[in-house]
Amino acid sequence: MTIRGKAITFGDNVDTDVILPGPYLVHTDPKELAKHAMEGLDPTFTKRVGDGAIVVGGKNFGCGSSREQAPLALKYARVRCVIAESFARIFYRNSITIGLPVLACPGVSGKVETGDLLVVDLGAGRVEDSSKGLVFQATQLPDFIMEILDDGGLIEHLKRRIGSK
Amino acid sequence: MNIIEKILARASSKREVSPGEIVEASIDVAMIHDLTGPLAIKSFREIGAKKVWNNKRTVVILDHIVPASSVRSATLHKIVRNFVEEHNIKNFYDVGLGGVCHQIMPEKGHVRPGETIVGADSHTCTYGAFGAFATGIGSTEMAAVFVTGKLWFRVPEVIKVNVTGSFQKLVTAKDLTLNVVGKIGADGAIYKGIEFGGSTIRNMSIDGRMVLCNMAVEMGGKAGIIEPDEKTLDYVKGRTDKAFNPVKSDPDATYERVLDIDISELEPQVSVPHSVDNVKPVSEVEDVEVDQAFIGSCTNGRLEDLRSAAWVLKGKKIAKGVRLLVIPASQEIYLNALNEGLIKTFMKAGATIGNPNCGPCLGGHMGLLAEEEVCISSSNRNFVGRMGSTKSYVYLASPATVAASAVTGKITDPRRLMEEA
Ligand code: SF4
Repeated sequence: MTIRGKAITFGDNVDTDVILPGPYLVHTDPKELAKHAMEGLDPTFTKRVGDGAIVVGGKNFGCGSSREQAPLALKYARVRCVIAESFARIFYRNSITIGLPVLACPGVSGKVETGDLLVVDLGAGRVEDSSKGLVFQATQLPDFIMEILDDGGLIEHLKRRIGSK
Repeated sequence: MNIIEKILARASSKREVSPGEIVEASIDVAMIHDLTGPLAIKSFREIGAKKVWNNKRTVVILDHIVPASSVRSATLHKIVRNFVEEHNIKNFYDVGLGGVCHQIMPEKGHVRPGETIVGADSHTCTYGAFGAFATGIGSTEMAAVFVTGKLWFRVPEVIKVNVTGSFQKLVTAKDLTLNVVGKIGADGAIYKGIEFGGSTIRNMSIDGRMVLCNMAVEMGGKAGIIEPDEKTLDYVKGRTDKAFNPVKSDPDATYERVLDIDISELEPQVSVPHSVDNVKPVSEVEDVEVDQAFIGSCTNGRLEDLRSAAWVLKGKKIAKGVRLLVIPASQEIYLNALNEGLIKTFMKAGATIGNPNCGPCLGGHMGLLAEEEVCISSSNRNFVGRMGSTKSYVYLASPATVAASAVTGKITDPRRLMEEA
C-alpha cells in the first residue's frame, strides 16, 4: 500500500482531547466528528487537510483518553496516514482498527516540515520526503496488522473471518 | 515470570510468555460506558453478530454524562439501554444505581485478582490495584471482544516501582502518583506495564492503591498492577461470590528496569498545565490563584479522598470567588460520606455536591471552565481544553491540596493551612 500526501506537522504529546475535544463525543456521525478534528490545537486544520494530507507528530502521539472518535475524526477529515516518533498504545490500536494507517518512525519529527510531499510504503515501512530528498525507515507492521489495514479495518476483517467460517 | 506475564500466559493457555510476544487472550470481563458504548454497539451490529459472547461477563455503566444534559446524550443512553435489554445484560448500572465506571467495577465485584479485564476507557488500568491485568481499548475492539471473547496483546515489558518510607501528614497516594508520573514522564511507559511494590504500597489502603494504578496510563502504560495481598482478598471476597485464582510475581521475575522511591521527605505535588508530567512540589506553585476546585473522578472521588478533604475543610469556608465542586465517585461512597457527616462539612464550607458521575473531569457537561479560568482538580488530566475552554488552565493535586486551595483561593500546601488553624 503506497500513500502520498503533503505533511502537516505537530509536536510531542498530542492528546486525544485536542484531536477531538470531549464535548463532541456526543456525536455518532463520523462526518460530524471530522469537522472538529484537531480543533484543540488548530481550528483551521480541516481546511489545511483539504482533500488529503499526512499528519506527522512527535513522541506519544494520541495520548490520553481511549476515544476511538479521535482517529475516526482524523480519518474522515481525510487524513491518509499518521506518522510519529511514537504512539500512545490505545490510539495506535484504534487507528488500525478503524483502518487509518499509522507508522512509528523514529527520527521523522523535526526533519519533515509542513507542506513537504511524502510518499509512504506501508508494507515496507518506508517514508520518503520527496521535497527534501530524505528517506526514513519506520517500524514495520506485523502481517496480521497489515491484513486488518488491507481489509479496511477490523469490522471488515471480522466480517470476512465470520463469513469464511 | 512477573505477575502480568503470568496472567497473560494463563489467559492465552500458555505455560510461559515473554515481553514482545503477541498472544490472543481470553477476556474475563468487558466494560463499556455511555460515551464509548454506542460506538462499540454500532460496530458490533456492523460486524453482523447476533449475540454477545457472554452477557454475564459484560458490564455496562452510564457515568460520563449523567443524568443526560442534552438530547444527544439522552440518545446515547437510550442506545445503550436498548442494547442491555436486547442482550439481557444484568450487570447494568443506570443513572442513580452506580457512579464512575472505574469505581463501580471493583465495588460491585466485577474485578478479581488474576483476571484479564478490558474496558472501553483508558483508565481501565485502575483494576490493577486488585492484581488483575486490566487495560483500556477502543470501541470497535470492544465490539470484537463482544463477538469473540478474545483480544490480542503484545506482552509488555514491565517497569517495577519500589516504594519505601512513610507519608508525612497530609501527603497522600496522589502525591506519590504525581511524583512517579513526573519521574517516568508522559511517554516513559508506552506499551509497558508498571508494577508497584514495596513496604509503602503494602501499607497503603485499597483506595490509595487505586490512585497509583489509575494513572499508569498517564505515563503511556498499558497496565498498572499491584500484587494481591490480604487487604485485596478482604475487599474482593466481600463483593463477589465467584471463585478466582490470584497470582504473584516470581522472586526471580525480570523487569525492564526498577525505580526505587523513598517517600519520607515527599511534599504535596502539583501537576502544572498543560502536561501531566509537568510535576512540581506544591511550594513552587503556591500563590497561583484558582477560580474552581474539583474533588472527584475515578482518580480521587473515593471515601478516603472525601475524608481527607473534609478534614481540611472542617469549620472553614471556601474563599470568595471560588467554586468548589465535590462529586463522590459512587452512590455507595456518597451514602457513606453522608453518614459520616462529610457532605455536611462540604456544604457548610460552601461546596456544590454533584451526583456520582465523571462531571467536570472531561469537560463534558458540568462545571466547565471559561477562558483564562484556573481549576485545581483531583482528577488525572490537565490537557489543553480538557475541562472546558482551550484557554483555561488545570492543575492536578490531591484532594487535601484541592480543599486547602479552595479555602485560600490560591494553590496551597494543606499542611500550611492546618498549622495556621
Ligand atoms: S472520571 Fe474522568 S478520567 Fe475517570 S473515567 Fe470519568 S472522564 Fe475518564
